[in-house]
This record gives sequence, C-alpha cells and structure tokens, in this order.
Amino acid sequence: MDYEIVIGLEIHTELKTHSKIFCGCSTKFGSEQNTNVCPVCLGLPGVLPVINEKVVEFAVRVGLALNCEILPFSKFDRKNYYYPDLPKNFQTSQYDLPIAVNGHLDIEVNGEKKRIGITRVHMEEDAGKLVHSGATITSSDSALVDYNRTGVPLLEIVSEPDMSSAEEARAYLEKVKAILEYLDVSDCKMEEGSLRCDANISLRPRGTTTLGTKAEMKNLNSFRSVQRGIEYEAMRQEEVLEEGGRVVQETRTWDEAKGISLSMRSKEQANDYRYLPEPDLVPIIVDPATVEEIRLNLPELPDARKQRLMDGYGLSEYDAAVITTSKAMADYFDQSVGCNADAKTVANWLMGEVSKHLNNEGISILECPVAPKQLADLIALIEKGTISNKIAKAVFEDMWTSRKDAEVIVKEKGLVQISDSSEVIGIVDAVIAANPQSVADFNAGKDKAIGFLVGQIMKQTKGRANPDMVNSLLRERLQG
Amino acid sequence: MELFKYTAHQLHEKLVSKEVSAVELTKSVLARVDAVEKDVQSYITQTRESALKQAEAVDAKIGQGQTISTLAGIPGALKDNMCTQGTKTTCASKILANFVPPYNATVVEKLMAEDTVVIGKANMDEFAMGGSTENSGFFPSRNPWDLATVPGGSSGGSAAAVAAGEAIWALGSDTGGSIRQPAAYCGLVGMKPTYGRVSRYGLVAYASSLDQIGPITRDVTDCAHVLNVICGHDAKDSTSINTGVPDYTKSLVNDIKGLKIGLPREYFASGMDPEVERAINKAIEQLVSLGAEYKEISMPHTEYALSAYYMIAPAEASSNLARYDGVSFGQRVEGTDIVDMYKKTRSAFLGAEVKRRIMLGTYALSAGYHDAYYVKALQVRTLVKKDFDKAFHDVDVIITPTAPTTAFKLGEKTNDPLAMYLQDVCTIPVNLAGVPAVSIPCGFAGGMPIGLQIIAKPLGEETLIRTAYTFEQNNDYHKGFAPLLEVK
Repeated sequence: MDYEIVIGLEIHTELKTHSKIFCGCSTKFGSEQNTNVCPVCLGLPGVLPVINEKVVEFAVRVGLALNCEILPFSKFDRKNYYYPDLPKNFQTSQYDLPIAVNGHLDIEVNGEKKRIGITRVHMEEDAGKLVHSGATITSSDSALVDYNRTGVPLLEIVSEPDMSSAEEARAYLEKVKAILEYLDVSDCKMEEGSLRCDANISLRPRGTTTLGTKAEMKNLNSFRSVQRGIEYEAMRQEEVLEEGGRVVQETRTWDEAKGISLSMRSKEQANDYRYLPEPDLVPIIVDPATVEEIRLNLPELPDARKQRLMDGYGLSEYDAAVITTSKAMADYFDQSVGCNADAKTVANWLMGEVSKHLNNEGISILECPVAPKQLADLIALIEKGTISNKIAKAVFEDMWTSRKDAEVIVKEKGLVQISDSSEVIGIVDAVIAANPQSVADFNAGKDKAIGFLVGQIMKQTKGRANPDMVNSLLRERLQG
Repeated sequence: MELFKYTAHQLHEKLVSKEVSAVELTKSVLARVDAVEKDVQSYITQTRESALKQAEAVDAKIGQGQTISTLAGIPGALKDNMCTQGTKTTCASKILANFVPPYNATVVEKLMAEDTVVIGKANMDEFAMGGSTENSGFFPSRNPWDLATVPGGSSGGSAAAVAAGEAIWALGSDTGGSIRQPAAYCGLVGMKPTYGRVSRYGLVAYASSLDQIGPITRDVTDCAHVLNVICGHDAKDSTSINTGVPDYTKSLVNDIKGLKIGLPREYFASGMDPEVERAINKAIEQLVSLGAEYKEISMPHTEYALSAYYMIAPAEASSNLARYDGVSFGQRVEGTDIVDMYKKTRSAFLGAEVKRRIMLGTYALSAGYHDAYYVKALQVRTLVKKDFDKAFHDVDVIITPTAPTTAFKLGEKTNDPLAMYLQDVCTIPVNLAGVPAVSIPCGFAGGMPIGLQIIAKPLGEETLIRTAYTFEQNNDYHKGFAPLLEVK
C-alpha cells in the first residue's frame, strides 16, 4: 500500500534571557556544576517562583513571529512527574491556556511551498542534567545532578501534524530556528541543547484523512538526526503495517550512531501528569497595547529579508534563501554590502569561498576570521582591477589565516595586477616566439589555442598580469 | 515578677521604662520553658542562645537611648514551617528532621528587622495537616488549660507556647483553620489575614492557594502590633497583595456603633456543643448592646465547603510535597534504584495523615477523575466565595463559632479522621474565600476556652481588629491565664 507520512514537531528552545524563568540565577551555559543555583531553582521547601517578565516578552515575540494569536489571559500549570533532574518533581509549564495559539509558518521544499500550522507556543522551565557515573546509563550505578540548567526558560513550539516528509520536517525546523535567531531570543544550538526537537510520526494510507497511531521520537539532536530519524521511523512503521501488524503508541528514542530507534515506553507506561494550575503564580495578563508594541518592534524576519535581498539587490530567490536562512550570514551580507561592495559579488563570495572555509573548519560565520568590511575591501580591489579574481582567492586564503587586510597582503606580496601593457609586451612576444605550434593553430582558426598562450604569460607574470589585457595584446600581435 | 504572663505591648512599656531588661525578659520566658515544656511540649527546636543574643542587642539599643519597635526584645515562637536560616525547619516531619534552610522566610526577615526575640520553632501537625498536633512526626503538644486535651492544630505548638507562657506571641499558619482553631482552644487571639496580605515566601507549602501566615497573641492589641510587622507586599511572592498596609493599632478603638453583623444560619447547625452555642449567642447579644446590629443570613454553599477543601488542599499538597524524595535534601533511605529509593524514603519518613492526603490529592488530580473531583471542587470554591461576596454586600462582619466544640482529649479523634476534619467546618470556608478572620476568646465551657470567629471582607483586617478589640475591652476572657492543670 502507498502510505502518507504524517509528522508533527515539538520544538523546545532555551531562551537567552540573562536570568532564569522564576529566579535571578544566571542562565550561562558551561558554568561550573551547581553554581548557578539558589533556593528557588533548587526547589527547597518554602520557596516561591516569580515570573521573569523578559520570558513573557520573548514568548510574545515568538508567538507573533509565528503568526499566532496571543492570549490576553494565560496561566502556568504544574506538570507532575518524578525525575531526579526535577527538584520539585513537577515542572512549571503551561497547560490549557498557553501564551500563544493558532499560528502558522510557510516552508518550501523542492520549490513547493507549504503552510504548516502551529498549535501553540508555551513557556516552561527546563530541568537539570544528570551526570552518570559510568560510561552509559545502564553501566552506571549512580548519577549526580547538575541543577545549573534547572529553571532556564524554555519555549515549546508545537506544530500541527502538517508535514508529510522528513524534508518538510527539516525545512520547518530550519525555518523555526531561523526565526528564533532573527528574533534574537535563543542561541538555537542543537549541540548544546538550546534547541531540541521531538517528532510525532504516524502513517496512513495515502488519500485518507484519519490519523494513524503515532510514535513519539525523542533524542533528535541535529538536523541530520531529525531527517534520518523520521525516515527510519516511517520505514519501520511501514514494515509493521505491511506485515499486517499494528503500530503501538509509544515513545521511542533515536540512536544516531546505530541509525535506529528504540522503544522507551508504551502508552500504558506513560506518565499521568496530573496537571493543576500553578497556585504560586498569578495569571499572565498581556494587554493588547503591549502586544501591538512588541509587534511593531519585531525585527525583519527571514521571509521579509529574503524578499528585500531579491528586490533590492536583484539576487536570485535561491541565493537570497541561502543567505537569509542564517541570520548571521544575512547580517554579514548586509554589513559587507554596506561597505560599498557589489551585492551579487558578496553573495557569490559568501556562498563560495566563505562557506567553503567555514565548513572546512566547522565554525559559524560569527567566528569568521575575515570581517565583512575586509571582504568588501577585497572585492573592491578586484573591481578596481588591482588584483584578478584568481589572485583574490589566494589573498582571501591568506586573510583567513593572517587576518590581515587584503590591501596589506597585496602590497607585501607584490600581487598588484599588471595593467600596463608596456610591462608585459616583452613577455607576450617571447611567448609567441617560443610557441609556434600554438600560434599556427590559432591562425588556422582554433581560437582555443589562445588560452594556452594566455596561460603561459600568466605563469611568467606569476598571475599578476591582467588577463583581459593579456588576451587583447595577444590578439593584436597575432592578428596584426 | 512573672514576666512571661504579660502581653507584648505591656512588656514593651516595661522595656522602654527600663523597669526590666530584654535579657531579663528572655530569661524569664526561658525559665518558664524549663518549667513547663516537659508537660506542654510546644517546641521542636529551641533557639536559646540566639534568643539571648537578640535580647542583648535590644538592651544595647535601649542603653544608647535608641527608639525600639513594639516587638523589639519580646520573645516569640515561630511555627516550624517557616524557614529560618541556620536553624532546623522540620514541619514536624521526620523527612525534614535534618533540614536546615539556607535562607529566611520573608516574615522571619521582617521580625528580625524589628529586633524581636525568637525562643524556638513550635510544634505542629506534620506539614500543617491536622487539627490537634497529634500528627506531629515527633510528639504531640498539650493544651495548657488541660494537659489531657489537645491545643488544636495545626499551629498547636504556637498556641500552646503562648498560652503556657513559653512565648509572648507566636506566628502560625492557617490553611483551613490552623491559626484560629488552636487560638480558640487555648484562649488566645488568632488571626488569619486576607490571602496575600502576608508573604508566603519561606513558608513551607501545604496548600498554596489557601496557606496564610498570621499571629497568635494574648490580646487584640498584640495581634495588631504583630500584623503591622508581618503584613505587606513581597516581590518574592507573586500572590502577595500590592497595596499599602495601614497601621492596625489605629483600629484599636472601643466602638462598634452601627456595625452590621451577619449570622449565617448554616454555621449554627447540628453538631455544635450547646455551651459553645450559648457563649456565641451571649457574645452576639453583648455586641448588639454595644451598638451593633445583626441579621440572620444564608450562605447556602457552606455545607459543600469541607468536601471541596478536602479535594483542593490535598491536590495541591500532593504536588507541593512531591519534592520530599530523598534526592537533594532531607532524609533518605537507600534503595535498589531511584524509584525504590523514592518509595522507601517517603514510606519511612512521611506520617499517616500526610500519606492519606497525598493519596487523596493524587487521586483527585488523576486522569479520569480530575474533572469530577478537582475541577468540581474548584467550582464549589467559587460558589463559596460568592456566598461571602453576597453576604458582605449587606453586613460588615460575619460571626460564627471558631470550632463546634472546645478542645478535645488527646487520642479522642485520632482514629476518626472525619470527626477531626469536622472541627474545621467553620474555619475552612474562610480559606476557600480568601477572606480574613480572627478568633477571640468569648467564654468557657467546662473550664475550657471557647473561640468566637469574626470574618470580614478581603483586606477587612481593620474591621476585625476594631470589632475584636471592642468585645475584648468589655470582657475579661483574655485576662485569665491557663492554669496548666495536671493530666487528669
């Protein structure tokens, strides 16, 4: 049978507020264990939470950017379950009245646009981190708890089951990540856990509308895992169905190393969270004027920025999309163009040399050793004819390691392009004299032969001769 | 001079006039503790050294001619569910037998700022669940009026300490009557302020939406003085009310002319001790003779309040008490794995009543029962609150007995939780509605004190003080000191 995959994503993102959601402790990642803690986030007897207003503001910002309705009256609830990383043995979260509901997001996969519904966005506190004594959970006889992360603010963004392929899920996740970055509310580092994703996956015969039994996939810690995990799970469920079996409602965990998913717990073993309204917090009343003010102050979002790059600089939709997927890349682009560099050239450099070098070193553009202005200056040297494109690549290579300005490198290494014909005419003549066969070929109508001659001249000038000038000098001499 | 028998405001005069020193006063109270504590058992932890140091500091201030606040140097007791930095805070639970908080409750900070002296942490029903202190995980306290009877609860240790002269004043907490009922049983003034009037930060939660800290004192004047110190907004408690605090001593006025009293017929139902009823009726007649008017009113949802309370409070408790798991503080019993450790720890160190309420609350919140029990109880709570709103359209105060009977004998109700719960039938609706109420002495039955409950609308503490003060000034009930009878 032909099955349709039905996917909904639950994305958790840590908000980059300075302090935690219910106390004044720092949210800094990587601090010494159990140093960013106080009686409140440790859940000691008698403590009370106080909402960090910045968290509400960030949540409204995200809700608006995801085209949600902001509920004027929302509240916190307790989600009760026992786990040692949860000091109160309940998580303060939002249950029936989340801060934002009924949003949507447009994605594009293989040129096809699709609208993904967003059910809700809610605020909650993060849990601590277990540090096991052994190499793996099963081989450990004890665990220690680091409560630094306890109480770091989280947003959970729940989508409708509107995605029907792993590619769509990935595109949706990438889009959400881009928006969160543009809003400057989260670091969105999947490797540090500041962006996490669970996927609800089910299958149904294509053409039908009833949802099949779903499995919830956890531990999808990278974009690659999201895609592979979903593909695997869809395949697994299809096999089960094809063999006449039934998909069991359960939570599964993705093992990226082995490329398989494993059952964690069945529906019967699932927690009954016994939600109750958080009595220690008052309801969150967001007045419409505040919402409008936040809406007015929303930064430019990926779609708008992409359009601006297309309309304002004539970039292709593809180029604009690639550059705007990462806010940092788009910022780099804008800064470089702001230094009077040609937009299309900057785009080409970003998608070419810059991306290549970043990927090779596995670093983000924020860590790029060549500053936007330095790239703009390099491009200016090409446009002025001071150096050729080819030399420019070598200069860029040098800039990457030495961090020097292009002009300094060009001067130090004497890489200034030779555009004065009198400086190369001797070499041109010598090359013509030394390569009679090529000259003959050219004269016989093989235009390509001139390429070889140009190459010889470039070699002798160590690439510094202006190739256009060399070309026209050669033609003058040969045809003259 | 038996200094321990005086009220705080009387002792303040003695300190200011240098008739006695704060150290003498504290020593007098400590000597009284030495004499009667073995019988009364008010305290879980005594803080004698720090009490004397606090007293010395007050004497130094007086010596330098500094003005001191009314409660400065006056020895008091704190219910052991208020966190005290560096001093054990157990909630009378074995699971917190070794718990020393690294921080102070807001009320403790406020009392320290006033240079009060704290004699110790008072006994209570474990996690404030109970009405007799018999549910203490350590030992029961006894009523100084008759050592064979309970002092009430859950703030029984606080009330017993004040009644026995082991403290001049005390703080209790009241979730369903836990200040007012022990105050009534021990012949004291006990007020539960409006929900949110006193910060709960540092009060170990039983049922967060109902818990409120309040004073237990020997007279209404002391009640006003303690309120002046502990009330007020606290940025650490989101549910605390952000309005100014009046000077409650300004309401110590002997005049209730024109006061409209409501008598809800549902509170004078069956089960009430006839002597208690007689005393209440006599008190009402007296208030009328002092210029008040009264009318009978109806609060039709009263009969459902107890049931709603025993869904809502345990539901919140089941969540609030989940943190006592042996992981990062408190006592632990090791287990084969984490779940086994949880089970063994909680089985070993939580008492029967606490377990009963955790189970009750867990059940009420469980999938499939949540709407039928918990949500229904919340709806009843709204109706009970509406009863009060409606009543306060017509009357200034509502008067009822604090408890249907006087203090009962130790062990009398321990095997019958429902009978124990019924002692709170008059006090519980007040917590559900979040309104303030005070219990004041209004007579005796068989030698045991009877409490009169006066209820006002939200933030009506001034009306309560004025009404209670007027009644008190026209009677002598508060002047009798507990005889500390021998066990019969």
